[in-house]
Amino acid sequence: MAPVKVYGWAVSPFVARALLCLEEAGVEYELVPMSRAAGDHRRPEHLARNPFGQVPVLEDGGLTLFESRAIARHVLRKYKPELLGGGDLAASATVDVWLEVEAHQHHPAAGAVVKECVVSPLLGGAPDQAVVGENVEKLRRVLEVYEARLGRSRYLAGDLVSLADLSHFPIMRYFMDTEHAALVEALPRVKAWWEELAARPAARKVAELMPPNFGFSKKP
Amino acid sequence: MAMKVYGPAASTNVARVLVCLEEVGLDYELVPVDMTKGEHKSPAHVSRNPFGQVPAFQDGDLILSESRAISKYILRKGGGSHLLREGNLSEAAMVDVWLEVESGQFDSAMSPIVFQCFVVPMFMGGTTDMKVVEENLEKLKKSLEVYEARLSRFKYLAGDFVSLADISHFPMAHYLLVGPHASVIDAYPHVKAWIADIMSRPSVKKVTELMEAAIRMN
Repeated sequence: MAPVKVYGWAVSPFVARALLCLEEAGVEYELVPMSRAAGDHRRPEHLARNPFGQVPVLEDGGLTLFESRAIARHVLRKYKPELLGGGDLAASATVDVWLEVEAHQHHPAAGAVVKECVVSPLLGGAPDQAVVGENVEKLRRVLEVYEARLGRSRYLAGDLVSLADLSHFPIMRYFMDTEHAALVEALPRVKAWWEELAARPAARKVAELMPPNFGFSKKP
Repeated sequence: MAMKVYGPAASTNVARVLVCLEEVGLDYELVPVDMTKGEHKSPAHVSRNPFGQVPAFQDGDLILSESRAISKYILRKGGGSHLLREGNLSEAAMVDVWLEVESGQFDSAMSPIVFQCFVVPMFMGGTTDMKVVEENLEKLKKSLEVYEARLSRFKYLAGDFVSLADISHFPMAHYLLVGPHASVIDAYPHVKAWIADIMSRPSVKKVTELMEAAIRMN
């Protein structure tokens, strides 16, 4: 049987999301490397897989998927459905809610901070402090909701870990290397939740592929 | 006890939930939330949606937020699972892919357009920022090119079956059609036909009427 293939660069938090799910589910896969610098994602053979020209793409048997959160759902639905809430209506709905929260509330703010504070300097630019300030504030408010939530259940969607928690790992891995990690450090339950997430064997394995400098060579 | 949806029908995210309720024919109560008076930030509403947004949803003891999560719950519970295809791994995956595209590409381009063309002049007494509109129309067109190619091969986005991925587009599609930039879809005939198909569903017509009535009341 053909192994599962993931196309992309592992430093991408979106590719990392897909890899994390495969690792959690114990699925054998092949990471097909692509070069962002060489524009591999804009070549016709990649556009045939993902017409939006983005990464990751996952191939599983005859199925070709894009959008990291859709890939994550597929991998877990097929190989480890308990991470999606199992068959229980209320549990799966709650996992879905916190997955949407990750996508709409957490990622825009945390992603913006990572872009300004990590990516811009690596590309020779300076962080836009107004954007950083705005998004740090947004993220603070979001994490305060998480702090309250984690006071009522062990994980975001309940007392069992789920994709809702895992989905946060990739962008947070980069965010926690910025000076704004203090936001998380100041919230005891969020901090403990993050540390537990990062300590998972699957997360450690994927983090090895995600150097804090995004694989850019350090400037002299 | 009937399910409750909290929020104004004119909100695209509320409308998304309402159409799923209409699709499965479950009883529900639409509870108004007056956003012009900041009711969405009230302690009562925040206890249901901790981010102070709409919709919030209640079914017995279960309280949910985030329209796409609520929509899936309603479809699973109410006999609408054919719109999710979760019994078939490949089909369910394609529904998820295009639901992500709806959210990440279509909604993200349409939302600033609708905000500038409707909310700013009608509710905030301001003027439309045409630069924001133009930028997002360009993003929208790039996405519509991909949609056009997809819908030239398949009747619907996830395949030859209609799904939540298609229906989830309708609230923003409605505002596009009744707004000043409807002609943008003329260049994409398959997209135009697909939108017309979705908008002709009885559930969509019903909720569109609710959206329009809510706007007229303001």
